[in-house]
Amino acid sequence: MKKMLKYSTFAISMLGMVSAAQAVDLNVVSWGGAYTASQMNAYYKPYTKKTGVKINSIDYSGGLAEMRAQSEAKNVTWDLVDVVLADAIKGCDEGMFRPIDMDKEMAAAPDGTPASKDFLKGTLLSECFVPQIIYSTAFAYRADAWGGKKPTKMADVFDLKNFPGKRALQKKAINNLEWALIADGVPLSKVYDVLDTDVGKDRAFKKLATIKKDVIWWTEGAIPPQLLADEEAVFGTGYNGRWFSAINEEKQPFAMLWDGQVLDIDGWAVPAKGKNVAEVMKFVKFATDTQRLADQAKYISYGPARLSSGPMVSKHATLGIDMGPHMPTKYADQGFMTDFAWWADNGDEMNERFAAWLLQ
Amino acid sequence: MANGNTQGEVVLAADGTPLKESLNKAMRKNRIRALLLVAPLFIFILFSFLIPIFDMTFRSVDNWQVGTLMPNTSLALKDWDGKAIPEEAVFEALIADLKAGAITREIGKVGTRLNYEKSGMRSMITSSARKSKKVKEGPYKPIVFKMHKKWKDLETWTVIKRNTSAYTIGYYLNAVDLKFDKSGEIVRQPENRQIYGKLFLRTFAISMAITIICIILAYPISYLLATMPLRYSNLLMIFVLLPFWTSLLVRTTAWIAMLQSQGVLNDLFVFFGFIDDANRLQLIYNLTGTIIAMTHILLPFMVLPLYSVMKTIPPTYMRAALSLGANPFVAFVRVYMPQTLSGIGAGSILVFILSIGYYITPALVGGTGGTLISNQIAYHMQSSLNWGLAGALGALLLGSVLALYTLYNKIVGIDNMKLG
Amino acid sequence: MSESPDILVKFESVQKSYDGEILVVKDFNLDVAKGEFVTMLGPSGSGKTTCLMMLAGFEPATHGEIYLDGVPINNVPPHKRGIGMVFQNYALFPHMTVAENLAFPLEVRGLGKSEINDKVKKALDMVRLGGFEDRRPAQLSGGQQQRVAVSRALVFGPKLVLMDEPLGALDKNLREEMQYEIKHIHEELDVTMVYVTHDQVEALTMSNRIAVFEDGIVQQLAAPAELYEKPDNAFVAGFIGENNRLFGEVKSIDGDFCQVELEGGSGMIKALCVNIGGVGTRTTLSLRPERVIIGGTPGSSTNTLQGTVEELIYLGDHIRSRVSLSGNSDFIVKVPNSHGHVHLKEGEVTSLGWEAEDCRALDA
Repeated sequence: MKKMLKYSTFAISMLGMVSAAQAVDLNVVSWGGAYTASQMNAYYKPYTKKTGVKINSIDYSGGLAEMRAQSEAKNVTWDLVDVVLADAIKGCDEGMFRPIDMDKEMAAAPDGTPASKDFLKGTLLSECFVPQIIYSTAFAYRADAWGGKKPTKMADVFDLKNFPGKRALQKKAINNLEWALIADGVPLSKVYDVLDTDVGKDRAFKKLATIKKDVIWWTEGAIPPQLLADEEAVFGTGYNGRWFSAINEEKQPFAMLWDGQVLDIDGWAVPAKGKNVAEVMKFVKFATDTQRLADQAKYISYGPARLSSGPMVSKHATLGIDMGPHMPTKYADQGFMTDFAWWADNGDEMNERFAAWLLQ
Repeated sequence: MANGNTQGEVVLAADGTPLKESLNKAMRKNRIRALLLVAPLFIFILFSFLIPIFDMTFRSVDNWQVGTLMPNTSLALKDWDGKAIPEEAVFEALIADLKAGAITREIGKVGTRLNYEKSGMRSMITSSARKSKKVKEGPYKPIVFKMHKKWKDLETWTVIKRNTSAYTIGYYLNAVDLKFDKSGEIVRQPENRQIYGKLFLRTFAISMAITIICIILAYPISYLLATMPLRYSNLLMIFVLLPFWTSLLVRTTAWIAMLQSQGVLNDLFVFFGFIDDANRLQLIYNLTGTIIAMTHILLPFMVLPLYSVMKTIPPTYMRAALSLGANPFVAFVRVYMPQTLSGIGAGSILVFILSIGYYITPALVGGTGGTLISNQIAYHMQSSLNWGLAGALGALLLGSVLALYTLYNKIVGIDNMKLG
Repeated sequence: MSESPDILVKFESVQKSYDGEILVVKDFNLDVAKGEFVTMLGPSGSGKTTCLMMLAGFEPATHGEIYLDGVPINNVPPHKRGIGMVFQNYALFPHMTVAENLAFPLEVRGLGKSEINDKVKKALDMVRLGGFEDRRPAQLSGGQQQRVAVSRALVFGPKLVLMDEPLGALDKNLREEMQYEIKHIHEELDVTMVYVTHDQVEALTMSNRIAVFEDGIVQQLAAPAELYEKPDNAFVAGFIGENNRLFGEVKSIDGDFCQVELEGGSGMIKALCVNIGGVGTRTTLSLRPERVIIGGTPGSSTNTLQGTVEELIYLGDHIRSRVSLSGNSDFIVKVPNSHGHVHLKEGEVTSLGWEAEDCRALDA
């Protein structure tokens, strides 16, 4: 009797394994919080409904450390990773991510435009990267800080006389050096040309030094809105999505300074040695089609990466605000895109120099 | 004589086997049992501690990329004298390596590695690899020169040649603010890139400061805990241990609320007129914030060993000293304090080593003042992915901690350390 | 009170309470003469250690005054009293060597280095520990530690040395040895000592006078022989030495003697009146075992009673015989193991006799 019980349990567990093998679960890694919530609503739930494939959402805090560890251990458990463009380029160079043929593997626009033409110009910077949203890192300020005076341009951030108070900046070299040059009068299109010279680098650090004693350096994205809310700082840099929720959901007296905003792209990268590559490619195709990208903007104020999605962006799902004016893409002409190739070459040196500069 | 106790004769047990042998037999079981009891911890430490440490240390000298991924170029450069741009044969080998690397998509690793030595080599390698797919036939030298202007640079070739060896001291040089110059000599980094030496010094200085502050704060508390009645001391102990039980996020928020310039502490100072409203103190996002926060976290590690040592010192020692004519201060300093040295030593080692390794707290509340060497290690682990440099920095940190520990052992003696 | 120049320590109606409710020392009066060895003896919790601590300055007196050499010292902190003290567990500083321990009281008094060295050497020689200067206390045996503690308390030449159960941690042989050693040191140095112990043998061996404590009160203060021979009350009689007790009622008093009727109608006993209320009150008769004569004929002793031998224990020099007598089954008689001594058997009925002078009628 006991033996039979044993065998039957064994048989049942075997059956369970078979059925589990039929319906693949995909391990999708993303940033967590409001961002993953918007992805769940726009991508994961509709896809599961449509295909029955379950999506295991895993949170991470960015970077390629875990991805590289999995690749080196030859045990890649992640099927899909939401990465910033810079990491996609780095991971692609190191062979961690799989190259994707945009036109063959991704959906065309509803009007038949192939994917490689439908994604916004300048977003397809890595062959391993499917763009998803455009976000920006921009300054916000306390609207009540200087009476009626309002900052309008990047130079105002570096103007301690007219706009006194603390500035909350992220503790890293990237963006801060560009902003310093812009404030110093370098046109947006020339920023990286200038930065590529030794004189330009010195110039950027020199300009940054003019506000150094009034800077609060932050490392966690949640800190700058808090600093502004507590009146500890008057300017702060941060992702536009965070500023959006601080201004519109928490009704903080902040305003955006779109001038000099740094546009960046977030998207999907497929680990090269993943276990379910074929399955996950189906999901990526679905999740980055025109409708899905437009849907995501209902839940978070980041701009869709497809041209064809732009007109479909509507109102916020719960706040009912028209999302158009809150999309960083609307102010694209006031901003610029990070030159990732330049940073890939010079990042190590710049970060050391920045760290040394902080210590001075 | 019958027992064979004279010299040179083998002592036998009752059954005739040599006594040593039967003793060994009897002890073997005990030894195996002891081994089995230790085994789980040993295996755990092996996999969670020793192997990772060995792995990271190995990475700090490992230099496989160029030799493995550019085997032809490495071979061709073997006899290169380094005085001028290499010959055509080297370029042919380079094209072959770039082509192979572009197909396996691994050439980026070479670019990443070389870029640590010289900025710009990453894009040189990756773009050249991309372009190499179209190259059909030689002569290759002009083709390569056209791919990227840096190939004409002698230094490019010096760097590549240097990194064809399987091991490197490059990461360690970087970790102590040194580098190879154009001709391959070891020189100091330019002033504006010297950080790690300063950070090591600062890390040790801050850790030392925190340790000293912890001693000053913990000593009276521990004394009170050790001497007051149990029911009060338990309550006080809970307050001391409270930081242990709160999550880092809650603590951080609390510190910000307390310490920021519009925070509780500054409000109180202004209210009582210690400072005026315009000159609020900056207590957070700087060195002060780092020291306050870390002292708060690490204080229990000082209190507990001190308390447990003080608890074992009977009050009669103080009484004896008084009865011998020492005034209370002298009695305390000469009789009580020396007996707590072991506790101070244990607490200091704990606090010092822990504060050397802390990086989350300083990053959150430290601003620029809070950057410690461990922040850089974490940065290279998580963001820049320069694990070789992270390994080198970690190995140096480990080495200096071990050196300090040895020094401590020499001066105080580790047997004199009491943890409880 | 007039101050005699020979009095070094004086307790004057000293009281002590820790909690404000219970007095642990009720009304303590004691004069200690210069050069005297006084022991405070009593069971634990009787208040003897508290008195010592008050004298040393570690506990304030709740009421009353303590004088040292005619000077009131209630407000003098302990380190200024100049009293040497030996603690129960020696309290040798573990982080110092023997020499450093001994030098400590001299250093805090600011003595010169050579003088310190001389005194330390002399003090160690006195306790026969020359050559142990560089040892740590943990490297010494219990007896050696004890001797260091004693010499440390003496090295700075105090007029008064206090000892708080200093021999409690030693084994029996060592304890006896140390008793003599301390006694000799006392005689040699002519120092005044106040000694606390719960061991009556120790007290009898060493002291000039003994104060027997019970319940915060001194029951009797007397020289050892007097305390043993002539206890003032039943507690002292029971606490000092072995003692047989019989209970009865005083029937008549005749000068120094009285007639006592034993409980249970075992007969009348003539006893020495020491501490009784009067005719008709209850009394405890105290009788030392060695004063009982066995097997005497009626009339050979003042008092003769019949008892049953319950148990015999052979102890070498004497045979300890437990006899049941007048309802007391713990009546002890010591039969000396001499030539031709009485051979008792268990269960045997024998006559026990004693003189009236040896039988003290005390409080009930």
